[in-house]
Amino acid sequence: MLETLLPILIFTALALAVIGAVRRIRLWRQGRPSRVNLLKGLVALPRRYLVDLHHVVGRDKMISNTHVATAGGFVAAAALMILVHGLGIANPLLGGLLLLASASMFVGSLFVARRRINPPARLSKGPWMRLPKSLMAFSIGVFLITLPTVGLLPDSLIEGSGSWLLALVLAGVVAWGLGEMFFGMAWGGPMKHAFAGALHLAFHRRAERFSTKKGGAGRSTGLKALNLEDEAAPLGVEKPADFTWNQLLGFDACVQCGRCEAVCPAFAAGQPLNPKKLIQDMVVGMAGGSDATYAGSPYPGKPVGEHAGTPHGPIVALEGKALVDADTLWSCTTCRACVEECPMMIEHVDAIVDMRRHLTLERGKTPNKGAEVLDNLIATDNPGGFDPGSRLNWAADLNLPLMSDLKQVDVLLWLGDGAFDMRNQRTLRALVKVLRAAEVDFAVLGTEERDSGDVARRLGDEATFQSLAKRNIATLSQYRFLQIVTCDPHSFHVLGNEYGELGGHYDVRHHSTFIAELYDAGRLTFSPWKGGSVTYHDPCYLGRYNGEYDAPRNVLKALGIEVKEMERSGFRSRCCGGGGGAPITDIPGERRIPDMRMNDVKESGAELVAVGCPQCTAMLEGVVDASAEVRDIAELVADALVERPTDGASGRSRRPAATTSAEEVTV
Amino acid sequence: MRPDQLQQGQEQKKQGIDVAVLVSIGRHPTTGRARRAEQDARGLELALAMEAELPGTRISVLHAGPQNDDGEAALRGYLGMGLESMTLLEQPEGSDAILALVEHLAATSPQLVITGARAERGEGSGLLPYALAEHLGWPLVNSLASVEKVENGVVTLLQALPRGQRRRLKVRLPAIISVDEAAPAARQSAFGPARRATFSVTPTAPEADSELAQWHLAPARKRPKRLKIVKAASARDRFKAAASKAEGKGGQVLTDVTPEQGAEAIYKLLKEEEVLR
Repeated sequence: MLETLLPILIFTALALAVIGAVRRIRLWRQGRPSRVNLLKGLVALPRRYLVDLHHVVGRDKMISNTHVATAGGFVAAAALMILVHGLGIANPLLGGLLLLASASMFVGSLFVARRRINPPARLSKGPWMRLPKSLMAFSIGVFLITLPTVGLLPDSLIEGSGSWLLALVLAGVVAWGLGEMFFGMAWGGPMKHAFAGALHLAFHRRAERFSTKKGGAGRSTGLKALNLEDEAAPLGVEKPADFTWNQLLGFDACVQCGRCEAVCPAFAAGQPLNPKKLIQDMVVGMAGGSDATYAGSPYPGKPVGEHAGTPHGPIVALEGKALVDADTLWSCTTCRACVEECPMMIEHVDAIVDMRRHLTLERGKTPNKGAEVLDNLIATDNPGGFDPGSRLNWAADLNLPLMSDLKQVDVLLWLGDGAFDMRNQRTLRALVKVLRAAEVDFAVLGTEERDSGDVARRLGDEATFQSLAKRNIATLSQYRFLQIVTCDPHSFHVLGNEYGELGGHYDVRHHSTFIAELYDAGRLTFSPWKGGSVTYHDPCYLGRYNGEYDAPRNVLKALGIEVKEMERSGFRSRCCGGGGGAPITDIPGERRIPDMRMNDVKESGAELVAVGCPQCTAMLEGVVDASAEVRDIAELVADALVERPTDGASGRSRRPAATTSAEEVTV
Repeated sequence: MRPDQLQQGQEQKKQGIDVAVLVSIGRHPTTGRARRAEQDARGLELALAMEAELPGTRISVLHAGPQNDDGEAALRGYLGMGLESMTLLEQPEGSDAILALVEHLAATSPQLVITGARAERGEGSGLLPYALAEHLGWPLVNSLASVEKVENGVVTLLQALPRGQRRRLKVRLPAIISVDEAAPAARQSAFGPARRATFSVTPTAPEADSELAQWHLAPARKRPKRLKIVKAASARDRFKAAASKAEGKGGQVLTDVTPEQGAEAIYKLLKEEEVLR
């Protein structure tokens, strides 16, 4: 009886899965076109899955092994089951392998079940709670029906006259398993993540994110430019269908593991953002409906079930509520912690900025100080509205060499908008002192420099970003230099990763990287560190955006400092709250993000926190009653400088004229 | 409320009016870049708020001046506040805008004209609203804080006076109102609507500003300011002196005088203050 029932069950489930898959694909294809090499993507899929994805999943060994056993077991079992039970190829070898696969899947599902006992808050409940049971049903069912095939169990037990009841029960269990695994995969059940996730990996919008056989883990963090020349192209994303089709596919890949929620600084601060909920809201919007069935943590302060949307309806309502409220989108600091943690490689920040672009460019609804900052950037080329002619006032006594005089230098020192900020001017003066001590051939653009466009772009004002970027690129093209050095990771990121699309290709270095290189080349000598214990705060735009974790630590090591790491450091560093225009849009929460970060510093026991970003300095120094001092790496280096033995200096110095002026500098 | 009153109320609510907003090309105080002028943008904001309050209100935006790229970018700053088009009365550089505007306003006969108090470039004398009012023979209300309602051809306005005082005025339409910093701040200008909006260009007869041509223009320099001398005995007096604006002293209130007597008094004062020599 089973012999007739099983093929029917299997092929019905498969047919339904195909119908569901077609429907799902049609949902994704509501999105706008995106150029992806489909074949190349599919070929790269195994490597992207086994190497890049498991690199992320493997950070949690337990769940990684669980997934290998369960998913590996399932894929093998499903394929073999179709052969053995669907097509009736009762080969004992295939049967034996099928037993092995289903057993492995069963063991995996036990661990999945264990995780669902008192699951952490970040995991979604709802249908996800039944998943371990369904996994078990499938694995046990398949295991049992395969036993007779390999002859471990007499056929008569199932084929016997009185055992039709047993056969029916077995068929029922298998049907349950098939329902969840095949039917549910394509019709929006928890197993959807496997189907959508695999295709998302293959057709990812940032193919350069993945490593290749040639080596080198790819990094792709620059936002994609809007085509402003084409007046018909939408400015950002108004409705779910305005996303590209592979972005929609990416949202559908979410497994609701909540790793993003666990690392999101805005969520932790009680601001109305939860990256996981945001992605689920996009899935709701893509299919149409309400968020009432969502079974995870809500946006802080916003109950679930009050928002609904359609693929062609607005995401943010002009009045009242739609799919997402605007303050959710403006809470993001663009720190990329969620993207870094996401095992499905979903690009949350891209989606948020896409939606912000619509709010700013089409509706003119940048909240709080946003409009003022953007107006300042348009009128004065800096967010503070300062006189552009005063950009170099802080250095009136430093006699900084200007690019307009020299035309050609080794290093162009990019000052950034910190040049207008009195705190950052101390950092800049320290950096100039260091560069002069190392006799670096450098110059600044001075008043020719403009804001890099970072804040404008993250506030969604792509037009102002591109205007600033194009003018900066035109200025830079007049001069010859080997590299740009900056103490602002935001400028670093924009100049290095985002100007390329607009025609500006530069070798950009963060000052910590450059100082580390100078030290390694023997051009800097430090006195030993006499201060207290020190920790280091990784700026998001230096670490996660540009992968520079080592250079700042090497500099601190060279200074004789042993870094007391915070619990969240390196790629898991917690944001200071200063990125993405968050201090400008200033969405209220229950706590302040910089307070939480300074608390991390306190827990590390350090008396001083070394930073490498003007935003981080401003945010962390703004914390009241802090237990640690905040110092930029450049300041620490400048304080520790000792004069080098003269014989070494004269040998390397290429510009002896600069030596005299170097001695005049006092910071 | 009785049903007929209710109906009347609804009819009044629907009663929109034609509003013309005059806009100029502004100049950023620090960099001198062309932009939407601060006060004119506030004037447009006032009109947009009226449109939201009074459905059926039609806004036409008007600019008189030469047509060039720099100016167009600045004018699009107004359009980005949510308008579909703007009328451009094209004039050669150095023309007097007043006559062109008067001609256009007389022809299109809007019920309400809103303008900024003072332009950010050119003469910036702040006389344009008065000149328009004189030519058209319409009442003018300056320093407007808000438009409260429009009823049967009469508009109720709130005028801003020094130190936060407000005066409610009823003015028969058509009228001209000018706005300064007392009016609500202008909304953000969005790139998309600004880019899509169109200009309808109307050429005007060139009318050279002969007076301006005779003027010698030079960059402004900061003038010395008379210091307020405070003789205060107590901290309270010092605080009062610092927090309050000086009251006018030594003035006189003339009531029931003939226009000639009034003019004579003003003439005498201007002589005393050495405005007229």
